[in-house]
Amino acid sequence: MKGFRYLEGVATLELDEALCVGCGRCLEVCPHQVFEMEEKRARVADKDACMECGACALNCPVTAISVDSGVGCASGMINEWLREKNIRGFGGGGSCG
Amino acid sequence: MPEISCTLSTADHLGAWKGRWGINRMSYLVPAGLYAVGEPNADAPVVVTANYKMSFDLVRRALHGRHVWLLVLETFGINVWCAAGKGTFGTDELVNRIARSGLPGVVAHRRLILPILGAPGVSAHQVKRRSGFDVAYATIRAADLPEYLDNGERTTAAMRALSFTWYERMVLVPVELVLVLRPAALMGAALYLAATFLGGSGAAASTALLAYLGAVFTGVAAAPVLLPLLPGKSFAVKGALAGVIYSALLYAVAGGASWGVPVTLAAFLALPALSAFYTLNFTGCTTYTSRSGVKKEMRLGLPLMGGALLAAALLLVAGSLLS
Repeated sequence: MKGFRYLEGVATLELDEALCVGCGRCLEVCPHQVFEMEEKRARVADKDACMECGACALNCPVTAISVDSGVGCASGMINEWLREKNIRGFGGGGSCG
Repeated sequence: MPEISCTLSTADHLGAWKGRWGINRMSYLVPAGLYAVGEPNADAPVVVTANYKMSFDLVRRALHGRHVWLLVLETFGINVWCAAGKGTFGTDELVNRIARSGLPGVVAHRRLILPILGAPGVSAHQVKRRSGFDVAYATIRAADLPEYLDNGERTTAAMRALSFTWYERMVLVPVELVLVLRPAALMGAALYLAATFLGGSGAAASTALLAYLGAVFTGVAAAPVLLPLLPGKSFAVKGALAGVIYSALLYAVAGGASWGVPVTLAAFLALPALSAFYTLNFTGCTTYTSRSGVKKEMRLGLPLMGGALLAAALLLVAGSLLS
């Protein structure tokens, strides 16, 4: 995104180019222009720009894309960890509704 | 069929302002269902949005002067992007809402216009299979809808590009401040009591309280607004740097020369650690950070922040015992 880049080499996005049918949905839904079309197939052009929202994976009709998407804020993740470990008294009060 | 106005009233603007401050934010919603904008016929486009009233208002304002169907999904008062992340702006709700609203009998075509940021919750091919409707992900911003509708429903590169402007960051700050108010008040009160006990004076305790609240503000409000000016890509690092600058300012204006070595060291350890934590937490509000990146920052940053706070506490106790 113009003017902003996050950490490099962390995104979990994977595209199996062999499965791609070239429908272009991933280009349509990605708000960070991570994909581009090359010879009627999608390829990952800018993996470090991926914010792992999961839109491409959900909209890929042949499940050629995988990405670990989910809550992306520190307190949300701490709450998630606490819930996983079944620590009561925490885990409530979600900040973003 | 409810018909809606496309002009926002003073009450709409006031409601949006209150929502930004967290007042009635979780119950600021409109009923889900199908609405008529203008006098749409069976060939009119169908625009889909969330039932958070601020989202609904932005969309109806953008559609002023047009004849469009507006299909509002039940997202329980959450905006499109967050609701898509949670799955409420999702395939199931969309498919069910199409059926419950009677949309197939209202329009002759089978095409829905969705916001691009709804895509993390909606699977277009599943919607097609289950309802017969084609999904077009149109624009990121509601304000681009008129241009999209006018140019033959084609998405331009600009309509697909996210931004995170000064204004877009600034409007997020009030609710973040409101959300941190209660824990900060509790922590502040505990700190005030501890500082009175250790420092032995009300003045020292007041300075400690001010220092703490300032560090929280730096992390929650100042660093997010100044984001592009702070160096580095890591939010924890950006927050820590903002915290160091804040600590230096505090040292200069709050009589730092008289603090003594343990208190000074403790301030420069604890305050940046607090700012770093709150700025790292702002990743939940940004338009470009990834879950994996935040995980990495937490793995590396949380032990450092915890260590800095612990070291600061030990320094303060040791300093108090020695003096």
